[in-house]
Amino acid sequence: MNENVQILDGNTAACEGARLCRPRVIAAYPITPQTVIVEKIAKGIDAGRIKAEFICVESEHSAMAACIAAQATGVRTYTATSSHGLLLMHEMLHWASLARLPVVMANVNRAVGPGWNIWCDYTDSMAQRDTGWIQMYASSCQEILDMHIQAFRLGEDPRVMLPVMVCFDGFTLSHTSMPVNIPDDSLVDNFLPPYRPLWKLDPDNPVTHGNIIPPKNYNQVRYSQHLGMRHVPEVMGEIRRSFSELFGRDHGGMIEETHTDDADTILIGVGALGAGLKVAAEEMRKNGQKVGTVRLRVFRPFPVNDLRRVCHGKKVIIFDRAVSLGLGGVIFSEARYAMPGEDLHGVITGIGGEDVKTKDIVSVVERSAKERLENYWVGVE
Amino acid sequence: MPVKITDIPKEEFIYEGSAACPGCPATSALRMVLKALGKDTIMVVPACCTAVIEALQPKTSFRVPLMNVAFETAAVSASGIEAGLRSQGKENITVLAWAGDGGTYDIGLQSLSGAFERRANILYICYNNEMYSNTGIQRSGATPKYAWTTTTWSGKGETKKDLVEIIKAHDPAYLATASVGYPEDIYEKTLKAKGIKGPKYIEILAPCPPGWKFPMNKTLELGRLAVETGLWPLYEYQNGRHYFTGVSRQLLTGAREFKPVEEYIKLQGRFSHIISPQINQEALQDITKRRDEYWKRMRLRIKMEEELDREG
Repeated sequence: MNENVQILDGNTAACEGARLCRPRVIAAYPITPQTVIVEKIAKGIDAGRIKAEFICVESEHSAMAACIAAQATGVRTYTATSSHGLLLMHEMLHWASLARLPVVMANVNRAVGPGWNIWCDYTDSMAQRDTGWIQMYASSCQEILDMHIQAFRLGEDPRVMLPVMVCFDGFTLSHTSMPVNIPDDSLVDNFLPPYRPLWKLDPDNPVTHGNIIPPKNYNQVRYSQHLGMRHVPEVMGEIRRSFSELFGRDHGGMIEETHTDDADTILIGVGALGAGLKVAAEEMRKNGQKVGTVRLRVFRPFPVNDLRRVCHGKKVIIFDRAVSLGLGGVIFSEARYAMPGEDLHGVITGIGGEDVKTKDIVSVVERSAKERLENYWVGVE
Repeated sequence: MPVKITDIPKEEFIYEGSAACPGCPATSALRMVLKALGKDTIMVVPACCTAVIEALQPKTSFRVPLMNVAFETAAVSASGIEAGLRSQGKENITVLAWAGDGGTYDIGLQSLSGAFERRANILYICYNNEMYSNTGIQRSGATPKYAWTTTTWSGKGETKKDLVEIIKAHDPAYLATASVGYPEDIYEKTLKAKGIKGPKYIEILAPCPPGWKFPMNKTLELGRLAVETGLWPLYEYQNGRHYFTGVSRQLLTGAREFKPVEEYIKLQGRFSHIISPQINQEALQDITKRRDEYWKRMRLRIKMEEELDREG
């Protein structure tokens, strides 16, 4: 296998991942901490390394609208955003999903203002939970690149046909450099078939898309989106096998597990926080504690079956970096639905970029031995 | 040579039996537009009357590919389609954004400005019925002063936004105004726009029977009266130069007198409060004064343009 390892930050890894998938149209608007992606895409197109039309739009809302419209001509499109940019896109996120246009977008997770906070939490993307987008969370720069390749194949699968958001932690990943193996273009071409649209705008076959739809038909369309989501675990399984065969790397499927076989306690998280849980678990295992981890790579659709299989009969501690105010941690609430009978603890941590250190994770696990943690919010008075 | 009715192709791109109101100006204008653009056209429609006129899924009354887009995204959606087509080497297709005045003057202005600044190769046509008619007659930035709407019960207090001046500030590749009263002119200007690369803008005055409150057989008459009274000027604008057309050209040169504004105002129920029980002379004088100032300004501007041309 041809090894081309470079030291890349997460934003550059995202740009490289997108380039390898050959989107034909890219529309984007700069926002911290995503800006580097837009700059590198513009530079790549300028230098001829990326063969795409670049629309340097006047807002994120327009970025998504442009991607949707371009994708409707039958081509692959890509964009990237963060935080307020993602929130501004909210309307168009629904539009892409309902139109079954599998746009792929990177979202560099960042807290929401006021006050202006450029550091990481997952409020921005988790607030888009019900827009009909598949949401994936990466935990390293290598995974950011690889997840882009997987995202295009997943979203464009005829059983799925839904847009995909590749989320990764602002600064913690976007601005942290790590060795990244950049695969050959031909390898990606083998893995990712050409985009075959469900429908497209074509003067030789004129269709009217999106005119007034009666409730009965709308109900059916909504259900078909839901079915698309329900196919994701199956397709993700195929993607995992095929990806690891071709590329020799395996980041997991819907979830990534460590030590779940012998663990009596399982720590759950997403993104770089999920990777941090792995480090903490290894530390605790040195002391003989039987701790394992589950990192959700896919948050939508929620990996219900994987969680039920892995967590059954074990103590589960969920580390949330986004809160549904008035209820509690977002993943914790969903885990309650997925595993109503299990011994669940919920912790809210890392909000607005608060650092989550190994010792913080260990101390939460110790605390959970003494009391039931129900939306235990770390670092507040 | 001006276009004659016999020059206009017989081929139709809107089927009979659309869901338009009787006397609908949007449909009659769009019929001319699509005849000029022909089969190789892709159009986007934001929220506006046309989104209803298309008819209910799974049926459609349109024979060109059409995508309904979010209210504020007509221009950027057209620009996205244009980029998608360009990426496939399909550059012979006209991309038309067809939007109402709400989607153009108000909610869609940002994306319109962005697309024009980026020199997107699109044709943006605003059919302007001077209100949000699809939601049931609310004021827009295009609603003229004094007009009744369901959000201006005693008449709008403010003058309309001079949107074409904002578009001109973007140096469009082509800009024109038209009126439903002159279908051949709509055809001719659309045909001209089709042959020009870059951002093109046409605004068509669309007198709306239920919105303006006039009988459905008076649409064309109102469309002509707006021009004949000088309240709706017809012109083309390219490379920083105005070229007045049709009746408006005669009004500009003085070859023709303005009809009194009352003739236009009194036919519309939306202005009834300044017509009855007695005529509000102050309001009519205000409308007339603004009209006269407009034409004075335009004559000066054209003089200036001619002088610039002389200087080369």
